[in-house]
Amino acid sequence: MSKPLLRLSGLEPFTLTSDIPFVNVGERTNVTGSARFRKLITNRDYTAALDVARDQVENGAQIIDVNMDEGLIDSKQAMIDFLNLIAAEPDIARVPIMIDSSKWEVIEAGLQCVQGKPVVNSISLKEGEEAFVHHASLCLAYGAAVVVMAFDEQGQADTLQRKTEICARAYKVLTEQVGFPPEDIIFDPNVFAVATGIEEHDNYGVDFIEATRWIRENLPHAHVSGGVSNLSFSFRGNEPVREAMHAVFLYHAIKAGMDMGIVNAGQLAVYDQIDEALREACEDVVLNRAPANGGNATENLLEIAERFRGDKREAKVRDLAWRDWPVEKRLEHALVNGITEFVDEDTEAARLAADKPLDVIEGPLMAGMNVVGDLFGAGKMFLPQVVKSARVMKQAVAVLLPYMEAEKSGGRDSAGRILMATVKGDVHDIGKNIVGVVLACNNYEIIDLGVMVPPQKILEEAKKHKVDVIGLSGLITPSLDEMVHLAAELQRGDFDVPLLIGGATTSKVHTAVKIAPGYTRNQAIHVNDASRAVGVVSSLLSATQRQGYIEAIRAEYDEVAERHERAERAKQRLPLADARANAMQIDWSGYNVPAPKALGAQAVEDWDLAEIARYIDWTPFFQTWELKGVYPRILEDEKYGEAARNLFADAQAMLQRIIGEQWFAPRAVVGFWPANRDGDDIRLFTDDTRGTVLDTLRTLRQQHSKRRDSPNLALADFVAPDGVSDYVGGFVVTAGPEEVAIAEKFEKAGDDYSAIMVKALADRVAEAMAEMLHQRVRREFWGYAGDETFTPEDLIGEPYRGIRPAPGYPAQPDHTEKQTLFRLLRAEDTTGVTLTESMAMWPGSSVSGLYIGHPEAYYFGVAKVERDQVADYAARKGMEMAEAERWLAPLLNYRPSDTSATAA
Amino acid sequence: MHQFSLPHADSFAAIRQAARDRILILDGAMGTMIQTLNMSEEDFTANGHIHGPGCRHTSDHPQKGNNDLLVLTQPQAVEDIQLEFALAGADILETNTFSSTTIAQADYGLEGAVHDLNVAGAQVARRAADRATAQDGKPRFVAGAVGPTNRTASISPDVNDPGYRAVTFDDLRVAYGQQIDGLIAGGSDLILIETIFDTLNAKAAIFAAFESFAKAGKRLPLMISGTITDASGRTLSGQTPTAFWHSVRHARPFTVGLNCALGADAMRPHLAELSGVAETLICAYPNAGLPNAFGAYDETPEQTAKLVEVFARDGLINIAGGCCGTTPDHIRAIAEHVAGHAPRRIKETANV
Repeated sequence: MSKPLLRLSGLEPFTLTSDIPFVNVGERTNVTGSARFRKLITNRDYTAALDVARDQVENGAQIIDVNMDEGLIDSKQAMIDFLNLIAAEPDIARVPIMIDSSKWEVIEAGLQCVQGKPVVNSISLKEGEEAFVHHASLCLAYGAAVVVMAFDEQGQADTLQRKTEICARAYKVLTEQVGFPPEDIIFDPNVFAVATGIEEHDNYGVDFIEATRWIRENLPHAHVSGGVSNLSFSFRGNEPVREAMHAVFLYHAIKAGMDMGIVNAGQLAVYDQIDEALREACEDVVLNRAPANGGNATENLLEIAERFRGDKREAKVRDLAWRDWPVEKRLEHALVNGITEFVDEDTEAARLAADKPLDVIEGPLMAGMNVVGDLFGAGKMFLPQVVKSARVMKQAVAVLLPYMEAEKSGGRDSAGRILMATVKGDVHDIGKNIVGVVLACNNYEIIDLGVMVPPQKILEEAKKHKVDVIGLSGLITPSLDEMVHLAAELQRGDFDVPLLIGGATTSKVHTAVKIAPGYTRNQAIHVNDASRAVGVVSSLLSATQRQGYIEAIRAEYDEVAERHERAERAKQRLPLADARANAMQIDWSGYNVPAPKALGAQAVEDWDLAEIARYIDWTPFFQTWELKGVYPRILEDEKYGEAARNLFADAQAMLQRIIGEQWFAPRAVVGFWPANRDGDDIRLFTDDTRGTVLDTLRTLRQQHSKRRDSPNLALADFVAPDGVSDYVGGFVVTAGPEEVAIAEKFEKAGDDYSAIMVKALADRVAEAMAEMLHQRVRREFWGYAGDETFTPEDLIGEPYRGIRPAPGYPAQPDHTEKQTLFRLLRAEDTTGVTLTESMAMWPGSSVSGLYIGHPEAYYFGVAKVERDQVADYAARKGMEMAEAERWLAPLLNYRPSDTSATAA
Repeated sequence: MHQFSLPHADSFAAIRQAARDRILILDGAMGTMIQTLNMSEEDFTANGHIHGPGCRHTSDHPQKGNNDLLVLTQPQAVEDIQLEFALAGADILETNTFSSTTIAQADYGLEGAVHDLNVAGAQVARRAADRATAQDGKPRFVAGAVGPTNRTASISPDVNDPGYRAVTFDDLRVAYGQQIDGLIAGGSDLILIETIFDTLNAKAAIFAAFESFAKAGKRLPLMISGTITDASGRTLSGQTPTAFWHSVRHARPFTVGLNCALGADAMRPHLAELSGVAETLICAYPNAGLPNAFGAYDETPEQTAKLVEVFARDGLINIAGGCCGTTPDHIRAIAEHVAGHAPRRIKETANV
């Protein structure tokens, strides 16, 4: 018989084989570990909570930990609800669940909800042998593996002796008394903080590692898991040192047999990259060794730790050293570290030493960029750093270019030629530009056609330049249709090149269901991370990998499409009449909202960039650069902290210039009108007598079937019916068109980093203006919350009364409503913001929306709609059905050509 | 004393020994055989006299179609069918108790009769088995059949409310517990949890079986049989065959396998997967092909048997039988076709 292996399952099996050195358990669906998830669960936003689980699985979690231990909620019910909902989502339910709670009743409730084989986390001897046997027997009868904490009646085990004693006892009880399969036992021998200054703690690392070794040697087939971050608790705030400690610890613990754990992925596999002195000091601490050079391990690490406290002074000291290296190494160092300071002289030196200038590019510069590519691919460099590397590269090439032209040495061989474009009607290009830079860094030739590129131009340029790959980007929903259209045109035009799809509204599902089927000559592929782009493109252009890769993508997309189809079929929508009958019922009796200070539209001109800057929400800024985390915590993040701090410093420096040199000219318009709900519409009146209708805002209603007592919402529900005096406002803000020219200037100078930075900041400025203006509206223009005192930081959590939903966003996904809003505000005249044919706002760093003031108003998503609503909506808007269907294409829950299907 | 240290029922050693030597034969379809008898409402209720070993049962509901009830009202007819299967070559006879749980009998208003149905169901099959053994000297085994019920614990019946469940694990555990207690009391040699659409239901049945074994003071061999519902190769609740095995492996079943929904041909790849991963005996009892437009099964005994023989030839099975549409002639043909093939050897488990 072979060695018994831990075998788990969701809808699909998972077996912990010897090929898997370490199982990383997904931790984001844990309310005790994730503030975001806790908030979603306490707000009962299960849809978004399921997305968290789905992301985790999509990102490769082999098991997902579900923990609902939060004092403010009914943990047992939340466990049941969430696991039942997961069971209905095949793309989440395919992996095994770790049912995590400190309360047995929650665990047992969870065990009764999963059809697969889960892991229980955890049971222990804490309450004595009887309770332990009872719980373990039940786990066995329910068919679950267990995590067993090294905990007994005396408390948590801290020494090797206690750990091994308790684990041995638990193992004996489990295997002999309970009949538990040993391969289903996972011991957690407790990771504790070391280097705390308390001598008794010094051996905690060794105790864990040795306990692990002992367990694996003496308790056959059992596994070892642990939570690693505890170890470095005393170095909070010093991420480089924590990361090094974790890496060293895991290196030894995994060697000793630890095969499972909840760890940040970025803490793995960097062992041999750690600075030697730091590694040595960490090993002394983790392994409780006497330092080779004398002294005390903890004190040594504390001393060294200061040097690594993430500030640049240390780096500067080391700067001097690299200047003595050979020129190839200097160029590599400059590329990896994004240092432009010496690149001109180094490039010149390299040129003089080389036969011809091209050799410098193909030699040391490409070698350096390959190092960058490898580090990026391995997750050891992050986007902003790579973009900075590109800047160094461009500057070096600029030094060489005149000599190359003089020699007419011809172009260098690129790895492939890639056309990039933001589709017709769309103006957003930050993501596209980042992808372009990253690809260029990897020696691809980029032909960037810019924004609002009509399909004919894409086809012509693709043909003219014989490109190897076409990449399309778009941010707003009408762009999705443009991409579908372009795919069909490629098919018609006999193109045979891969089509990459990216941008905020794009998705794998949309690509698989709508775009890929229309382009069978080659393959459309969804690539939403710059970090994935290089891998995808190199596979696509590799003669050996290409076919297998495309086949795998096709198979995956077929499955995605099929799963989507199945899921959609299963999701029945309500007929519009039923959805309307379940509208939100606000009690309007006694509702009294003050009238705005002035009715009609007015320009807002007194903008101060320094003041706007205070309102910037930085979290999305980091997301733009693919640094995932919440500001300001991200600055101390174990994985991204250093990259985030440097990026933030660069952003602050540029922001100071933006403010000081008045780079942007922010403009805005705001307006208010007497308003009343009329069905799913909002009527706006010319004045407070409410006799003459000025215009009508249309809203769309949710048609998905709802759980128990939640309503089918439309924005109109938040506006008072006839007889109650209510108001609705609207606004457009823009950071101004200046960013475009500034970005171009940077691009021309070969500084893509700054070009992308200024656009990212312009976006943030526009969003900050929207937040700031909304506050002024509440306090002053409309004035229903004159005494509101939230600080800019408070506002990020949207604690205030009222919402500002934007046309084209989930609460009213129809972009054409912007036309009404712009007409009412005369926004083009006042702000210079215009609408493209796809209803994107130009310049891109602009924000618009409505103001709704009722305290119960909140943001929601309309999601999919049925034919009956689209017909009704088209009639209300005076649009042809086909036109309405075109604008609402991504929302349709039916195929427009298929006239037989209607809402059940 | 833990679950797996309970003494084995006597049947354990005997059936294990029998399975070592050859591929054992499970009987065929009871439901489609009963249909051929064209029984009336009066036949089903014995003219209103539904007597059990315990007492008399009544219900306002029509009982025609409540096949499980026949073990009380027409026990001879059921016994005769089972005898026919046994003489055709079946080593294992299934009790006619597929729907004898309070949950499934609620449709007929006979929740109160479930204990009697299961006791009688086991007794009837026992009599058929003993008669067959008396005739030919071959040992026969009675498998107490536990069906899936008509509710699913991990699928919402309300598409509008995916988090809703029409039945809970505990509802199922209690209902299955009553059934298994009755099956053991009536003299079953094995417990067969079959036609598993939703593994969570099966896990509740396994949990209940553990409880019943503890009560009875002995452990019966468990047979567990899942159903792959369509070409997707998954159970109705979405599991792959391997995931299904991982989910029920803790029962340490005597056999795991597949039955129903598919004919032998379509079942083969899924059975091969299961056979490749499960470190226990494998049991397969497919339908006689797929139903035709009238709901009848067209595969002849010879056709079905040839397809099942492929399982045997490829070394995939230890027990073979038939599900919907299989008659005593099918079972006879299957028995003949697999007779020349060695039973599957439990392999070292593939590390999948």
